[in-house]
Amino acid sequence: MVDKRITEEDVVSELRDGMTIGIGGWGSRRKPMSIVRAIANSDLKDLTLVSYGGPDVGILCATGKVKHVVYAFVSLDSIALEPHFRTARQQGKVTTLELDEGLFLLGLQAAAWRVPFLPTRVGLGSDVVERQPEIRLVTSPYDDGEEFVAAPALNLDVAIVHMHRGDARGNGQYLNVDPYMDDLMVQAAPKAFMSVEKVLDSDELKSNGAPQTQLLSRLWTHGVVEAPFGAHFTECVPDYPRDEAFQREYTAGAKDADAWAGWKAKYLDCGDHAEYRKVVGL
Amino acid sequence: MSQISGGQPSRADYCVIGVAECFRGDGEIMANPIGTTPAIGGRLAREMFEPDLVMTDGEALLVANALPISGDPVDKVVEAWNPYRKMFDVVWSGRRHVMMGASQLDPYGNQNFAYIGEWGKPKAQLLGMRGAPGNTIQNTTSYWIPNHSVKVFVPKVDVVSGVGYDRGSAVSEWVREHQELRYVVTNLGILDFGGPDHRMRLVSVHPGVSVDEVVAATGFDLVIDSDVPFTRDPTPTELTLIEFLDPDGMRFGEVPNQ
Repeated sequence: MVDKRITEEDVVSELRDGMTIGIGGWGSRRKPMSIVRAIANSDLKDLTLVSYGGPDVGILCATGKVKHVVYAFVSLDSIALEPHFRTARQQGKVTTLELDEGLFLLGLQAAAWRVPFLPTRVGLGSDVVERQPEIRLVTSPYDDGEEFVAAPALNLDVAIVHMHRGDARGNGQYLNVDPYMDDLMVQAAPKAFMSVEKVLDSDELKSNGAPQTQLLSRLWTHGVVEAPFGAHFTECVPDYPRDEAFQREYTAGAKDADAWAGWKAKYLDCGDHAEYRKVVGL
Repeated sequence: MSQISGGQPSRADYCVIGVAECFRGDGEIMANPIGTTPAIGGRLAREMFEPDLVMTDGEALLVANALPISGDPVDKVVEAWNPYRKMFDVVWSGRRHVMMGASQLDPYGNQNFAYIGEWGKPKAQLLGMRGAPGNTIQNTTSYWIPNHSVKVFVPKVDVVSGVGYDRGSAVSEWVREHQELRYVVTNLGILDFGGPDHRMRLVSVHPGVSVDEVVAATGFDLVIDSDVPFTRDPTPTELTLIEFLDPDGMRFGEVPNQ
């Protein structure tokens, strides 16, 4: 029986420069932040991020890991705009593919189903289509002959998500009310890594809550990182709410180069997730 | 924290009424008003005159009862589970009326909240496309603008996130048949797209606002009929309900008292 337990650093060792990485969660909610920080502290560069973006995108932009962002929004939820992403965009440090949230969903679904696109009307008439020649149209082969947007498959190299509970075999459970697109995210990648708040014995996991909370089958996951408070400072209810005070400090740390150097020295340069927990007091 | 002086409704209360009126006649569809004043107005509409509206708790649940927008949490009467993924099922079915914001809005309802600046060179990165492209051609859309000004109401938007009537009608017969941009509610009045070729038209001004004021705050020519009425008054019951829905007066953060 395969034991998939690994560390954040093991995940990083599986990544390469220029890879396309999908990150689960939504805005500042249930983001795999301990793995994101490990990537931020690595030598990786030129990554393409595919994310319903939050501080995952912000931190990786601020640490120079990112070349291209595929996004529909990058937000901290209670703070509408992600400050580091704004800076990176306004300074021309990253390029983007601008997508509608639903087009993003269809792109993940297309990748998961191994088809090059899915037809939709989403994007017609907007600059998503009008200004981005890489988003192409397709004509219905049926009698209607209508023209649709061909939502392009968002093929990932690696997906990274955070779940509440999991087991050593790679099954993952979510306990909040919204799975976000995490299951599609892992299905859109040939390789997926999952951090969890707690690794349970497989029998214990099976009896822990309703079956429909067992979102991710081990079929889809290749590594499990046990990371208590692994989503901090993003929301991970019912285990913990978003750390709003910390998020404000994070945002203040984006004010200028000095503020960022201070934040980075304290919360990134401190080392691995265990050290981070000590510094934050988790 | 009532800021009603001498029993007179505040400007913010008229804005809430304007939002509520957007949903009149919608029946059993999902009303999805996003933002502070929209949330108050949408919930008011369901309590007062559109009892069959389906509404979210702002996240992944559909709730049957009226939730205040702040203060102590109220027990939710959950009707259904509606995580983000299922929201797209609702949008693409057309059974939804969304109210969004806009950083820029043009005479035909093209909306921008993605970023300010040239394509690919944002001077100010804003929200991104969010769900605006899909919303604006697949379900009914209204807008809430708390700061009616020439910065928002522009002849041409920098980036088209939400699709206006001119661009929508150029897309296809299907979009021409299905697109509906209903109202634009602002801190000064209510507008729709009832002008020639779906140009923006002034429907009413809130009491205390003149037509000239609206014209001066709009960066393009509005269609204006000879008699522009005032936005209707809230009823005493509605004013009580607004206080219940907004116990901390968060609406005054968007629309301060004059």
